[in-house]
Formats: sequence, structure tokens, C-alpha cells
Amino acid sequence: MERTFSVLVNDRPGVLARVAGLFSRRDFNIASITVGTAEEAGLSRMTIVSSGDDAMALQIMRQLEKLVEVIEVADISKDPVVKRELALIKVEADKNSRPEISHILEPFRVAIVDVGHSSLTVQVTGGVEKIDALIGLLRPYGILEIARTGVTALLRAAAKEVEESGEEVGS
Amino acid sequence: MSGGSEVAAILPMQEPVERPVVKQDVNPRREVRTGAELLCSLLEQAGVDTIFGYPGGAVLPIYDALYSSPIRHILTRHEQGAIHAAQGFARVTGKPGIVLATSGPGATNLVTGIADAYMDSTPLVILTGQVPIESIGRDAFQEADIVGITMPVTKHNYQVRDIHDLPQVIADAFYIATTGRPGPVLIDLPKNITAGPASAAVLPQAHVRGYRLPGLPQAADVEAIIEAIRQAKKPLLYIGGGIVSSGASSYLREFAHRTKIPVVSTLMGLGAFPAHDPLFVGMLGMHGTYAANRAVTECDLLIALGVRFDDRVTGKLQRFSPHSTKIHVDIDAAEIGKNVPVHISAVADVGLMLQALLTREVHIDTAAWHEQILLWNEEWPLQYHASEGDLKPQQVVELIAQYTHEEAIITTEVGQHQMWAALFYPFSRPRQFVTSGGLGTMGFGFPAALGAQVARPDSTVICIAGDASFQMNIQELQTIVENQLPVKVAIINNRYLGMVRQWQQFFYESRYAESRIGSPDFAKVAQAYGALGLRAQTLAEAKTALETAFAYNGPVIIDFIVKEEENVFPMVPPGKGTDEMTLEWEE
Repeated sequence: MERTFSVLVNDRPGVLARVAGLFSRRDFNIASITVGTAEEAGLSRMTIVSSGDDAMALQIMRQLEKLVEVIEVADISKDPVVKRELALIKVEADKNSRPEISHILEPFRVAIVDVGHSSLTVQVTGGVEKIDALIGLLRPYGILEIARTGVTALLRAAAKEVEESGEEVGS
Repeated sequence: MSGGSEVAAILPMQEPVERPVVKQDVNPRREVRTGAELLCSLLEQAGVDTIFGYPGGAVLPIYDALYSSPIRHILTRHEQGAIHAAQGFARVTGKPGIVLATSGPGATNLVTGIADAYMDSTPLVILTGQVPIESIGRDAFQEADIVGITMPVTKHNYQVRDIHDLPQVIADAFYIATTGRPGPVLIDLPKNITAGPASAAVLPQAHVRGYRLPGLPQAADVEAIIEAIRQAKKPLLYIGGGIVSSGASSYLREFAHRTKIPVVSTLMGLGAFPAHDPLFVGMLGMHGTYAANRAVTECDLLIALGVRFDDRVTGKLQRFSPHSTKIHVDIDAAEIGKNVPVHISAVADVGLMLQALLTREVHIDTAAWHEQILLWNEEWPLQYHASEGDLKPQQVVELIAQYTHEEAIITTEVGQHQMWAALFYPFSRPRQFVTSGGLGTMGFGFPAALGAQVARPDSTVICIAGDASFQMNIQELQTIVENQLPVKVAIINNRYLGMVRQWQQFFYESRYAESRIGSPDFAKVAQAYGALGLRAQTLAEAKTALETAFAYNGPVIIDFIVKEEENVFPMVPPGKGTDEMTLEWEE
């Protein structure tokens, strides 16, 4: 099954190499990895999406914990989390197709961040399924380029909080 | 791991690991002008008295500072020799071994030793020179990314980019190398840092936020283990290198004797439990004894202490100890369940766990189980066929044990001779046997003997070597002669890469591809270096050679010409279960 780990690490040179190296050396899979500064100065938070059974997930956690630059590891696969990814999609769009594309984009609450004569670039944020769905819908018009950030995630404050409206549309 | 209260109250306040002692008599305020001088001062404060190394351009400032330092420097003839010597030093003392090498090739020559130390949990602090910071990344002369190269084979590594970080890095490196599961820590030192200005500093307390050590054993874990023992009819202690690292041998002996639980050991655990103890069944695994492997297969409770269920121990996983409840105690949480799922586990120092277990009363009846193990021992004891004409390798090991009253420190290279040393030399104390277990590094044993002898000048140190392995670091003959180290090397010379040949005989229809290997006249080579060189081809000659060697207070190389195609038995063929041993070979 898919596994998501939230890893707090020192913000030092080489830390990403240590973590990525551990995954390849131990034959653990990485679907995506995102890194950015965390709440405390000098620390970064990595969100790593991987896969494996419970034993594999435990082994990944314990091997990560052995890295001296790793401060804290949490397996948030089964916890209520907010998971988000951002994607930039450049799609072919001429005068004729543009209104139709705009129509598709509407329920996704995307931002059109760049417009050219024959293309437009869309910024979409949300869960992986939502982004996959939008890409699927835009593909017939001709996708020129895609850049995705990979998933980043945080635990929810309370399990029962309702998913904010609009985010699950399109899936 | 289960929760519950700690058992602190019943445990004596005792450090499980021999930590580096901060020398009080070293004056940290001694004049310090350069980064290199500060480095030497900090090393002295960390208790360093010996460094194994080899100079070069990027470490010139460090060597200049060492020139007027009280630290002893042993100049080897190859950086690989230096690091294996430091491993030998660390393995016999429990203190960290210190290595110094220059940038580029000096550093990359250390990699095999670093990987070896990482696999066998040996504490090392490795200092490498690096090109000046402004040259890093420009493919400068003798530049290599040693931090990147050694990331997967060090417990941690550093590159010092600001001289003000050096005191904390040194303190943290020693702390990380020697605590928890010990291992190698590398510090990369750019030349402008060691050559640049610095002022005196006191070695600070180690402070590593992301580094956690396990706490005291949990009462619930202790109870669970005791309860499992109470239920057991055929319990077995499976012990390894963790007992040695933890300094837990005396607790293990007491626990085994009180509970009357028999003991099997890994290669790395040999010596942690005395070979002559009636409870000792033998080494287990690929070349384990018949009784040990049968016991592992048949036991109903396997108590694994300070081990990692290595593939050379388990054989085919599905057939490994199939009927047992398994308990695993290890200081490294990542080892629990890594290779074999277990029923009860505790992340703890094994010495502290054994002390906690000793506070509980357990009485179980294991008489029938002991009877069974004795029968297996009679059915197939450790044996070899002595013959009239040939000198047998097992005989040589037995003779060495006899002439050293079983008290010598033994190092080995890797291969058949290593297994014969493990099986036929009865080790009685921890840190008596120094061998490359996990990585299986040919060329390890001779420099390791050098380092062991430096650490233990009054002990008899013997390297049991193969004719091929010895040639991998033969250049260190010059180092032992120069330093008047009375290391004795016993070459079990069968003119083959013996273990490779054995596998080719069994699994490749005796097609001996490249396993036939030539050697020089080792006795003459020894003499050319200034060591005593001897040669023995018969049992009588072997005895005379050993008498001569032990009467001589200096380095001796004995070339034992043994039977060529002798095999190591028992053997669990690769991919087979531990109960599927080959006991002898019929053509």
C-alpha cells in the first residue's frame, strides 16, 4: 500500500542525499519526495511517499531514525492528513479551444498563470487524484509540459474536521 | 517494544560501553595557532594516544602539528593497512580506532575498511584531508567526494567548513562512533581549515539532537522474556557481536548458568561465551557445528542477543528455526524484524537487559534438551581426518591453540582458514577473536593483528592467514618490522583461494577457474623485510616452527604448507536450510 512519511530533518548540506541514498541502498521505493523549511529555523520537513507492507514501513522508519540528521519520523499513512500537491500544466490552447478549456477548468478552482498565443499554463493545487483527473481531461487538447511538486502533507488538527469544500471535485 | 515502567531501581549504575575518557591532564590552553594544532589538542582531550595513518598533500598541516604532539603515529605502507590496523586496535580495546589519510586516493583507499567497520559495528574516527574549500567541486588535484562516497558505509560523516565548528564536530564524532551500536564516523578536513588560524578550545560535551540511544530495559519486556523462558522446554541462546560491544559476557555467563540454557554463537560472538563451557554448543550457520545447527532448528525458544540474523547464520529463511518462539534483544531498533520476524523484541543494550533478567527467578527443566544436544554432538562432533603424509589446516590451528595455551589474540583473513580458526581455536574471552565477519574482507587480518599488537603490546597476537589473503596487505611487513611488533603470522598455505575452490568443487563441477593462486617464498619475503621466516610441511616441522616462533621476541611469518584440497565442514549449501548440512563430500 501507499505510505507517507513526514520527516523532520536538519537543514544542512547533503541531508537530501543521505535520505535519498538510504532509500536506494535499502531498496525502498520513492514515489515522491518534497522538501521545504519547517516551522523551526534550521529544520526542514520532508514528505516522502513510498509503498510497502507494515513490516517494510517499520523498517523504513527505523532506518530513517538512524540517520543522525533526522530529528523525527512519522508514518502518517493511516492518519487523517491534509495532503496537497501543486502542478503547473501547459496546454495547447488556440482561439477555438480556449473557451472549452476554460469550461473544463472552472470546477477545479485553478489559476491560469500564463497565457500565450497558442497555449496557456494552469496552476492547480489539491490531492493527487484531482490533479491526475485534470491532466486526464486536458490531455485531448495537447499537453505541452507538466511540472508537479510531489505531495506534501501535515496531520489534521482533529480527525473529524471536514475536508474543505471544492478540493475533491473532479475526481 | 512494549511500554511500561523502567527497571532503573534494580540496576546498578553502570555504563554499558567503554566511552572515550576525557583526559584531565591535557592542557587545552596549550598554544594553538592553526586548525591542525587545534585538531591535535582536541584529539588528545578525547583520549587519543595512537593514530594509524599515511601522509599526503592535503594533510600536511596535520602532520606538521603531529610532529610536535605526544600522540603516537603508526605509519603503515598503505591506507587500507592503516584502517584495518585501527580496526584491530578498536576490536581488542573497545576504544575507537583513529585513522588519518590524505584527500583523493588516500581517502578512497580507506573505503573497504570503513565498509568493514560499518558491517561489524567497530568504532572508528576517520580523519581525511580534503582540497581547500575554494577548490571543492573543481576536480582539483587529489580531490574526491569522500563524504558522498562514504555516506552509505559510515554511521555519520562530516565536512568541517568553519574552524569554529571543529571542537563540536570532534566531540560529536567520538560520541556517535562509540555509543549505541558502534560504527565508523568520518571527518573530512579541507586543507585551508587545518592550515588556517585557530585558537585553543576545550573539547565540549557532545550534543547531537537527532541521535537517540535506547533507554533502560522496560519491565514489561523483561516480564515477557521471563514468561517465555518459563514456557520453554528447548530454549537456546543465540548470541553475537553485540555481547562483545556491550561488555555483557559476564552477565551472559551468569544468565546461561542460572537458567541452564545452552548457547550458540555467531562468528562475531566467538569468545563472548567460553568455548569449553559445557553449555556452549558451538558456532551456528553456514559452517556451524552439527549440534549447533540442529539445536537452532529444533529449539522451541530462540533468545537472540546482540545479533542481526545474517544470511550466513540463517540459511534459507523459511527453514530457519521453524518451531521456535523468537526473542530479539538489540540496541539497534532497525535490526528488529529486518530479516526474521520475531515474537518478542526489546530495543536495549544487551548487557543491561541481561542484568535486568538476572533479577528474576526462573527454574526450568532442560535436562532432556541437554541430553538431545549431547547426542547430536556425539553423532557428528567437529572433526577432520588426520593423515600420515599431509599437514592438515585444522591440525595447524589446534597446534597454535596448544602452543598459546588458548590465550592468544587471534586475527584472521577471510576464507577457509578463517572458518577453521573459528571452529578449532577455543576462544574463552571477548575481544580475543578479531575477524572480518559481515564484509568478508581479504587483507583484513594481518594489519588488524598489527593494530591489536600496538594496543596490547604484552599479548601474543597471531594472524591466521591464507596464502592468497596475506598477499593483499603483505606490504605491512615493513610496518611490523619497523615498529618491532612481535606479531606472528601463520599462513595456511594450500596454493588455492581455498573457499572459492571449495564452492567450485561443490557447485561448479570442480572447474577451478582462477582459484589456483601462486605465492612467493613467504619465508624469504619475511627475511627480506627483516622478520623471521619459517616453513613447515609436516606435523613435526610445524611443531618445531611454532616452538621457534614463540621463543623469538619479534615478528615471525610461518608458511604452513598444508594439504591442497581440504574442505570446511559442516557446510550449509547456499539456499538450503540450517538442517540441510553437508557433512562430508563424496566424489
